[in-house]
Amino acid sequence: MTDWEPVVGIEVHVELKTASKMFCGCAVSFGEDPNTNICPVCLGLPGALPVANAAALESIVRIGLALHCQIAPQSVFHRKNYFYADLPKNFQVSQFDSPVAINGWLDINLDGTSNRVGIERAHMEEDTGKSLHQGGGGRIHSATSTRLDFNRSGVPLVEIVSRPDLRSAAEARAYAQDLRALIAELDVSDARMEEGSIRFDANVSVRPVGAGELGTKVEIKNMNSFRSLERAVASEIERQIALLEGGSRVIQETRHWDEEAGSTRSMRTKEGSSDYRYFTEPDLLPLVFAADTVDRLHSDLPELPADRRSRFEGMGVAAGTARVLAMTDPELRRIFTEAVAAGSDPMTTAIWVTGELTAVLRKTPSSKVAGVGLAGLLAMVKEGKLSSSAAKEVLTEMVASGDEASVVAERLDLLLVSDTNAIEAAVTEVLAAQPHAVARYRSGEEKVIGFLVGLVMRSTGGKADPKLVNETLRRQLVG
Amino acid sequence: MADLADLTVATAGERLATGEASAADLLDAVIRRASLTEAELHCYVTIDHDGARRAAEESDHRRSRSESRGPLDGIPLALKDNFCTRGLETTCSSQILSGYRPPYDSTVVARLRDGGAVIVGKTNLDEFAMGSSTENSAFGPTRNPWNPERVPGGSSGGSAAAVAAGSALAAFGSDTGGSIRQPAALCGVVGFKPTYGLVSRFGLVAFSSSFDQIGPLARSVADALTLFEAVAGHDPLDATSYPGTVPEARPSLETGVKDVRIGLVRELSGEGYEPAVTAATNDMVAQLEASGAIVSEVSLPSFAIALSAYYLIAPAEVSANLARFDGVRYGLRVTGETVEEMMARTRAEGFGPEATRRILLGTYALSAGYYDAFYGQAQRVRTKLINELANVFEQVDVLVSPASPTTAFELGAKTQDPLAMYLTDVCTIPANLAGTPAISIPVGLDADGLPIGFQVMGPALGEARLFQVAAEVERLATFDHRPEILAAAGDRL
Ligand SMILES: [Zn+2]
Repeated sequence: MTDWEPVVGIEVHVELKTASKMFCGCAVSFGEDPNTNICPVCLGLPGALPVANAAALESIVRIGLALHCQIAPQSVFHRKNYFYADLPKNFQVSQFDSPVAINGWLDINLDGTSNRVGIERAHMEEDTGKSLHQGGGGRIHSATSTRLDFNRSGVPLVEIVSRPDLRSAAEARAYAQDLRALIAELDVSDARMEEGSIRFDANVSVRPVGAGELGTKVEIKNMNSFRSLERAVASEIERQIALLEGGSRVIQETRHWDEEAGSTRSMRTKEGSSDYRYFTEPDLLPLVFAADTVDRLHSDLPELPADRRSRFEGMGVAAGTARVLAMTDPELRRIFTEAVAAGSDPMTTAIWVTGELTAVLRKTPSSKVAGVGLAGLLAMVKEGKLSSSAAKEVLTEMVASGDEASVVAERLDLLLVSDTNAIEAAVTEVLAAQPHAVARYRSGEEKVIGFLVGLVMRSTGGKADPKLVNETLRRQLVG
Repeated sequence: MADLADLTVATAGERLATGEASAADLLDAVIRRASLTEAELHCYVTIDHDGARRAAEESDHRRSRSESRGPLDGIPLALKDNFCTRGLETTCSSQILSGYRPPYDSTVVARLRDGGAVIVGKTNLDEFAMGSSTENSAFGPTRNPWNPERVPGGSSGGSAAAVAAGSALAAFGSDTGGSIRQPAALCGVVGFKPTYGLVSRFGLVAFSSSFDQIGPLARSVADALTLFEAVAGHDPLDATSYPGTVPEARPSLETGVKDVRIGLVRELSGEGYEPAVTAATNDMVAQLEASGAIVSEVSLPSFAIALSAYYLIAPAEVSANLARFDGVRYGLRVTGETVEEMMARTRAEGFGPEATRRILLGTYALSAGYYDAFYGQAQRVRTKLINELANVFEQVDVLVSPASPTTAFELGAKTQDPLAMYLTDVCTIPANLAGTPAISIPVGLDADGLPIGFQVMGPALGEARLFQVAAEVERLATFDHRPEILAAAGDRL
């Protein structure tokens, strides 16, 4: 039997969050009443002309640089011609053979191993409007009418095309997540999959392991979460392998991911869909990126998630945790860095930051917790002054009040009693009151110790260090 | 005293300044003229009686308070019906835009309104400016005031005829392949196409974006310059708008042509050129030489293939520019079972034969497998022509030629033969391919009493030199003929 190798490439559309649209002054804004952010330009009215948004062009250059691409010194807009009701001019201003950025890469991380994925290109284009199909379950072919909302029409869109370097559904997901994190880091897009401000399409093919040539590729669309992207790619890989093993062949087409069915289904193939009759957009001048501008944008790039991940790993944080921490909220990372600077162990701190602190802050957003405060809390746990579960309680209160860990622990009366004399006394008292249990223990029934620990803990109000109680009990029982 | 409708903009301006006439008087005169000529000539698609009246009254009111805004304040002008005018029907002489009222003014219209101009109405054109006779209008042809059996040229035929007939003192048109200069020549008026980028295209319904340029049609070279100055200059809404300052041409109107190097274009003569046109051209060149110009004959081989390149590039751009007319958002909608069917039916019914022909031609030229042979090759010709022109303008200051190989032809003479119609733009197209300025000035009449136009072409941003020569041509030609229809109309006044 043949072993099959999946080959996956990803195309990403990123909606930029510039103040205005790509070619007009309308606001870029989501969730507003239909057709409120529109003008003659983004409605494609007769006579209207586009003017390119400089902020959007700066954003795509930054994306290109962050993906280690070459920035073309000169780049051209083209018209991509096709008829669609929510495409007001019936052509999309896009870029055909002279994209802004080419030949880059992104290092992704999966299960602790790093993998370099090639980036073929990143180009600038405009988004379309939205069709809202009425009736017939909202599907185009059964709808009774369609309403059009042009608020999204003309929103700046960056398309990033990877090389077919991914070899599994899990890798496809890791690439998508890491790319999303990079876009978020650059702060150029809301990058929310569920709102469609970042959209992933996958090109999937399979070939026998060792084969040089690529198999027939199928484009899959309509995945609106990382999970559905992974499921869709996995399902498509399976489908293609089943086809090939059954002696059939794969047809080049576009397939739609059906989340409920858990499979892809064929979309009606567009007639002549490959001939978009691209030609240079005569209403716009060629884009020229001066070397010094590109250099400035390059040196102004923030630390990128992949670089940060390596830095955390270098500090001793395990790969998986380092990846999560590298992509987490900057505020959380600031707390991490401060706590480590105040002497906390990086790995322990990373676990607390990506685990408990993330959870607490998600429930109660607050800016009152500082890295030094977290370091104090972790030190108390380490020194046996707080149990782990009590520390979580303390953390919640620290977030709410902004007080130091020791203050909170005292106020909530959660400090562990590590005073040996007090514990000795409590143990003596419990043993004196429980001669029957003592006898059972001494006759070999060791599990009675649990019962006795419980009594001591109760008599100390739960604040005694359980380890110390256990030791003391055993010593006195033997004695 | 001449009828106010026959004044130049400059003279009308003097009358307004001295109080001999009001803006309302001028408007009355052109409206009266229109009422006598429109039934026969059909220069206008829409006359904006109320808007024009209001604008004239406001102008007179400003003048009474000495707040007049410049040389166009109170002057009744006509606009080709492919300029977007807020709230005023803008049809491009197409069924597909019948009844369409834009929600905004084009930049040129906004500048004219700011300058106090009185916009009389919107003039007829070949549908979407595609044609050379104004016979491709969905609302019927415009006729030539010099002989109503003849075409006025096109596509700005309505504007040219209105200026010739006196139903506006001057007008604006758009020139994509000669659409200002050729009708100006056929109607005996001055028509000027500026350097590409000097006048904003924002709000001009696009025909072929890389060629389209707005310009004036007027009764004198000085008037043409006045209209140009009123609308030229950078517009942040048009990315192809020239960011520098507009060349200053007014001082050169009076300087004459002594020692100006003039090149007569060899390729724009010979077969297909009416003898009267050739004779008038040569005669004018001789007069210029006699006035001190240094004349030589120059050759621009690419001019011979400019027409072919133009008829590939322009339709390619048309196929995309006209794609937006689909019945979805505005204009004509013919319903269908599906969205695709609605779009297809709307377009099939909404566009006339010439628009359809060019959309198909352009779609084909851009198709996979044909792109390089057609569109790509045409762009290479365009580059070659630009280089040839740049070289020739090292040797001469301006080029001269006929503005049209023939005088006005009869209605219907070329409607069955698109190629013959396309050939009428042979003299004017090179300046569009190169984006350079060119002007047509009337220099005489042929044996049938039809006007002959003389073209002067300059290098990009060479407007000063262009107007210098054009003004001398105008002085030498002393063209003071009037269409007969006006003499007849005059009797009825
Ligand atoms: Zn807009």
